[in-house]
Amino acid sequence: MSATAAAGGAAAASRPALRARTGRFVVYGLVLAIGLCLMAAPFLFPEVRAQEVAARICVFIVLVASYDLLIGYTGIVSFAHTMFFGLGAYGTAIALKAWGPGWDAVLIGGGLGVLAAFVLAVLIGLLSLRVKAIFFAMVTLAAASVMMVLASQLSQFTGGEDGITYQAPRVLSPAFKLVTDADGKVVQLFGVRLNGKIVAYYFVFLSSLILFLAMLRIVASPLGTVLEAIRENELRAEAIGYRVVAYRTAIFCIAAVIAALAGIVRAVWLKYTGPEVALSFAIMIDILLMVVIGGMGTIIGAVIGVVVMSLAQFYLKDLMQVAADATAGVPLLPDLLDPDRWLLWLGLLFILLVYFFPAGIAGTLMGKGGHR
Amino acid sequence: MTPSLRTEDLTIRFGGHAAVSGVTCAFRPGELTVIVGPNGAGKTTWFNLVSGQLRPSAGRILKDGRDITGLSPSARAKAGIGRAFQLTNLFPKLSVLENVRLVVQAREGIGPRLFRPAGAFRRLVDEAQAHLERARLAGVAHLPAAALPHGDQRKLEVALLLAMQPDIFMFDEPTAGMSVDEAPVILELIGEIKADTAKTVLLVEHKMDVVRALADRIVVLHNGELVADGDPERVMAEPIVREIYLGVGEEETA
Repeated sequence: MSATAAAGGAAAASRPALRARTGRFVVYGLVLAIGLCLMAAPFLFPEVRAQEVAARICVFIVLVASYDLLIGYTGIVSFAHTMFFGLGAYGTAIALKAWGPGWDAVLIGGGLGVLAAFVLAVLIGLLSLRVKAIFFAMVTLAAASVMMVLASQLSQFTGGEDGITYQAPRVLSPAFKLVTDADGKVVQLFGVRLNGKIVAYYFVFLSSLILFLAMLRIVASPLGTVLEAIRENELRAEAIGYRVVAYRTAIFCIAAVIAALAGIVRAVWLKYTGPEVALSFAIMIDILLMVVIGGMGTIIGAVIGVVVMSLAQFYLKDLMQVAADATAGVPLLPDLLDPDRWLLWLGLLFILLVYFFPAGIAGTLMGKGGHR
Repeated sequence: MTPSLRTEDLTIRFGGHAAVSGVTCAFRPGELTVIVGPNGAGKTTWFNLVSGQLRPSAGRILKDGRDITGLSPSARAKAGIGRAFQLTNLFPKLSVLENVRLVVQAREGIGPRLFRPAGAFRRLVDEAQAHLERARLAGVAHLPAAALPHGDQRKLEVALLLAMQPDIFMFDEPTAGMSVDEAPVILELIGEIKADTAKTVLLVEHKMDVVRALADRIVVLHNGELVADGDPERVMAEPIVREIYLGVGEEETA
């Protein structure tokens, strides 16, 4: 990136440019630190719950970044993102349940899920991306609702509201011994047993990393600039020779496929797929909040948004319990800090974040968007 | 010789009102035509019909003899029709350089490329830089377009059109709202384009000094109809034009 060139513009713009450059360093540093933490997560945070959180963060970074391709880069508002995520997850889950644990089931089931996501995205895109944004949002909402009803009604395949439990391929199960010593026992590294659980985590981490890097490449490519141009001024983008509908449909399909791939990873890691974890509107709302907190139109903001939200969702209660216990003697405070009131504090945190970072954490720090 | 652009009986109605009504005229390369007429005469609507933002209710548009009436704006851009807008119409958050690079990229057909970073297409950046130099904007290449003063935004508008390298240049009041000392840069650029005999230039303009300095021909629109067409002196002398502009003779109300 030509940060020096950007700073060398008109003198009047040099101070914001300098602030944006410092902000960029902060954001990149933060993202790098989070990346390293996730890379070493099995060794840094070996408890089971922390593992679950780390794996969920990895998958959600992909999911939220792919949503940012739509809402932040291209200005497409869709409510069907969990639908695509769910298609990947359910495809994998149904195949694993039917054929037993094996990579063939993941490949074929997941592949069919991705294909279904792609076909649906093409159809929704071509049929409705030429209409106004609000109608498109409604169409995606309708499609997502239909998919939820289907998942709940076709319970012989999907397990209905209960979902499906199944087994992952053997190399990913805790019984699998990755490294054994002379006695055939699992070797420990930094006190962590090198078994299938480690393999499963790194399957999640590496798949997510590859998908995330692919998205960074997309936004840096000529296509990325065209998407931004469409967001900024659709009419002019068309007037200088870009077929806006084609580009919109293309990125909608790319985002859908990435979301479905993230769904496969989620299904393989969790060994359970149900509406709550793969299809519900609660997830869609999480994605929206995460992309807003992180910073729309930055991709990299997804990392920050997901980490902030996930940590709050999983650890705010614990933190409040500690605080409530510590203030036990003081009147009122312990009641206010009671873990049952965690949603109140999450809401407050969200309002503060939006107030101080109007363009999201990454967006505001890097001086992108926000202050129109 | 086939005209580079021809509209045949071009009409568009909004409800019962015909904003452009039966306009037939042809344009040749190497000719700069100024389109004049009072506010609401249908000049910008006629532009929108030619560049594809509006679809006509009736009539045809031909580019080099080929019917382009059914083409989308992007397809018309590819066919060589370039349009600058009356109200500044840029990509505000993107840098000035990116604005122009997008145009070059569209022309070269590498918009959908995924597998190389945009900055690696050195040729595109160099060409975009050259267009910016021509429009006297090289110094502000890395600022966001929204940060430019109005005059520079108008110049960028023209730079985008230059980068399209169209056969037909359409300017819609290119100097609107510009200060007296900035306008000449735009007029100079239009003069340079006019010197290239392969290009057809259409210009909507109100300022009479601009019209006199640049026009090879004047077309007059009034209430959506073409009322006069010809070389500047003759058209300006016609009674109907004097009537429209000076209010001489009978007052006509639509």
